Parts: sequence; C-alpha cells; structure tokens
Amino acid sequence: MLEISHVGKTYGSGARETRALADIDLTVVERELLCVVGPSGCGKTTLLKCVGGLLRPTTGEVRLHGRRVTEPPEEMALVFQDYSRSLMPWTSVRNNVLLPLRHKKLARSERARLVEDALEAVGLTRFIDHYPWQLSGGMQQRVAIARALAYQPSILLMDEPFASVDAQTRGDLEDLVLNVREQYGVTILFVTHDIDESVYLADRIAVLTHSPTEVKELIAVDLPSPRDQIATKELAEFARLRGHVYRLIKRERPAAGDLAAEQALAAVHPET
Amino acid sequence: MSARAWRLTKVGAEIAVPIAILLAWQAWTASAHQARFPRPTTILVEFQKLWLFSEFGQHVVPSLERIGAGFVLGAVIGVALGIPLGLSARARRAATPHIEYWRAMPPPALLPISIILAHSIADRQKISFIAFVCIFPVLLNTIDGIRGIDPTLIDTARSYGVPQREHIRRIVLPAAFPQIMAGLRNSLALAVIMMVLTEYFSSTNGVGYVLLISKNTFQLVPMWASIVLIGVLGYVLNLGFLLVERRVLAWHRGWRAALPE
Repeated sequence: MLEISHVGKTYGSGARETRALADIDLTVVERELLCVVGPSGCGKTTLLKCVGGLLRPTTGEVRLHGRRVTEPPEEMALVFQDYSRSLMPWTSVRNNVLLPLRHKKLARSERARLVEDALEAVGLTRFIDHYPWQLSGGMQQRVAIARALAYQPSILLMDEPFASVDAQTRGDLEDLVLNVREQYGVTILFVTHDIDESVYLADRIAVLTHSPTEVKELIAVDLPSPRDQIATKELAEFARLRGHVYRLIKRERPAAGDLAAEQALAAVHPET
Repeated sequence: MSARAWRLTKVGAEIAVPIAILLAWQAWTASAHQARFPRPTTILVEFQKLWLFSEFGQHVVPSLERIGAGFVLGAVIGVALGIPLGLSARARRAATPHIEYWRAMPPPALLPISIILAHSIADRQKISFIAFVCIFPVLLNTIDGIRGIDPTLIDTARSYGVPQREHIRRIVLPAAFPQIMAGLRNSLALAVIMMVLTEYFSSTNGVGYVLLISKNTFQLVPMWASIVLIGVLGYVLNLGFLLVERRVLAWHRGWRAALPE
C-alpha cells in the first residue's frame, strides 16, 4: 500500500551539502507492522517526514495507494517522539484528540464518538477533561496515539514514540500499539533505535545503514502472535533475531568521514 | 515563624508602608503650610468632591472611553498584523524596518500630525492616536509569540491537514497567547499615558484636561486630585488586567510548573 522508491534527501547545497538519505527502497504491505531501525543519526526522522509528506524528497518518490505523496495524505497519521511538544497544553485531552477531526465532514455526535472510542482504546476515558500536562509522560503519549487513531488513518507513522518514557511504561505502550493495531486494522510504519522493541513489535524489520542512508537488510520476523513481553522475549528465535539486527547495526560503525557528515547534518537539521 | 504568620507579615507590610508614607506626608504638609503641597486630607476631600461622582460622568467616563476604544483598536490591529508577520519570514523581513522606525518614534512627536491626519481634535483623533501607540507592544509580542511556537506542534497540525484558518485559530493564537497578553499589558499602560497626553491638547473634557486647566488656573488642590485619580486609574486597570490574565492563562502556569526543567 505504501511504496517508497529511490527516496533520497539532501540538505543544503555546494560545500555545505549533506546527503541524509541516499536511496531508500521500501514497500509497506497492507496491515503489517514494519519497524525501521538504524544507527543513531542515520536520518530515520528525515525518512519519516518524507513519507508523511512533511518534507519533499530530493530524489525518488513516495506513493500511498498508488498516489504520489506531495503533502500529508488524509489516510496517514503521525505520532512524534516528543509527545509533550506535539500536544496542545492550553486545552483538554478531549480537544487535543478532536483537533484533526474538526475539519472532517462529520456529524458532531460522530466526532464525539470517535474521540471517546479512541480514548477508551488507549485506556484514558477517565482523563478526557484533564489537561495533557496533568498526565504522566506515558499517558501523554497515549493521548497522541488516541488522536492518531481518532483520525482513522489507514497507515500510522510512529517516530520513536516511546524513546522518552521509562522501561515499564514502554512495555505497556508497545502492547497497546499491538492491541489497537488489531482493533483499528491499521498499517504501521514504526521507526525506533531500540532493537528489542523492533523485534518485539514487527512483522518485518528494515535495517538502515549509516548516513547517507540506504536499506541494509529486510528481515521477516516470524514470532508467534499475540506477542507477550515475557514469553516472546524468552524464545530462542527472539534472541536470534535480536542478535542478528544488533550485528547489522554494530557493523555500521561510522567511519571518520561519516562522523563529520553527521555533525554537518546535525548543524543544518538538528532533529535528525 | 509559621508560613501563615510570615504571609500575614508580608501583606501587613504592603499595606502599612503606604499608610506610613501618607501619614508622614500629612504631618509634614500640616506644619509646612505650602500651597504647592496641599495636605493629603485636603486632596482626598477634593478627590471625593470632584470624582465621587459629580464630575465623573463629565470627565472620567470620556477618558475611560478613549483608553478603552484606543486600546481595543490597537490590540486588534496589532494581533491582526502580527499573525501574517509571525507566520511568514518574508513578510517579516519586509516589515521589520518600518515597525522599528515607528516604534522608536516618541509618541508625542506624532501628536501634532495626528490632528491633521485624523482631521479632528475630538475623540476620533484621540482614540486613533492611542490606538497607534498601542499597536506596537501587541504587534511585536504577537510576532515573537508565533515565531516561538514549537515546530513539532506545527508539523503535527500539518500532518493532520488542519486548514489554515483552523490552524491559526486552534494552534497559532492560543500558543502565542501568553506572549500576546504580555504585549497587551504594556499597551494598556501606554493607553493611560497617551490618554493624558492627548487630553492636554485641544480638549474640552477628560481627566488630562482637568489636570491641565487646574494647573493653568493655579487651582492646585484639583490638580493634585487629578493626579491621584490618574494614578488610581492606571493601578486599577493593571490590577483588573492581571486578574483576567490569571484566569485565561491558568493553563500556562500549570503547564510551566509541570515542565521537567
């Protein structure tokens, strides 16, 4: 359903030119959960922004359901890493989830129902009238997920969504993602730097190289469903996959030239 | 000392110090017999006679109307101009020299020409002059507030395809609101100053007019009573503004308190 073909992204020009993405080729299949992992600073966020239509790729193209993505498509929702900055602190959880629905042609009652259902799916019904900042970090990220779900996307892009919550909460949120994925039948493209998380969640994993980035390997994850934080992680297959991905990324030690490129990239584009 | 006793002491000092100053002033003026410095009690009696409320409708109400109309007009224009300038770097670049020029201009320098431009010495001139001066703090704070909006929030709205109008209404204005309020507070103080200034020139009513006429006719007690009133007006308006701000920006205090840093 989502085709990323030969996507490249270059920042700046001339002497300050920095190639973040070289040539990314990747196809996301309907209803799968594809994890993208890579060494830090490899341009994962850049890739996700290109896919989400927030950045225009320098080369190549992204197609969703066969249509070229030039601006954020309506069937797509994005969940950012930084929940506290993607939620509106001046209004309630309800209004935060309602934000993307206000301009959709829906009856008022239908909107309210979508908001309530989404908040129920993430277990926050009780907090609908709270301000986001009255909630813990994990709960705030649940609000961001509920907002994405209420939007009813066919594909959900998640950019290291659990990188800034503690380990316990992280496990809960991973299971939440697997649950809502079943419930909403949504396809997920999940970017993470956490190898365990990628193996635990994914149907397939795309391992990226260092910047300028390409897809190094696509790995099919054949772990039984439903996944379980304890049982799944004790399987020999889990350990094997984890080790495999780990080795792939470890081999991506940046050479001296790459390090300089990475610093240059950070200078022109701090969030990558 | 308990926290409660400490708080009472602080509030007590806040009240006691001005009272002590007034008493000292009273004691000094009572013995000095200076016409230029009437006793506070004399001023208060005059204050009550003039402003509570025989001349209130005649002079205070027009002054308040000028402050109110000028402030609201300036605030609306400041926000309305600030939105496009905050959103577009190109527009900002083109407009900044003009804003800086007019902002640096001392308002009294523009008072004479405002009479010619507004073709009026009545309320129209006074209100438009007050409004013009009030624009700048609001404008600059609106621009700054909008520029300071978190890019993640803007990306979020964009990724959900929030249309421009909704974006401005639901994201841009609320996000910039704390800073817009800071600008509004400055403008309100300026509006009081400009009210007095405009009423010095070709006026037939208003608090500033009474102040000037009293001085010109050596009526020193009404003059002092007018000064006291202007001070009280400025103080009360600011206090009222702070109360409103506390209510509408309650989220902002909670949010800042919840920030990890």
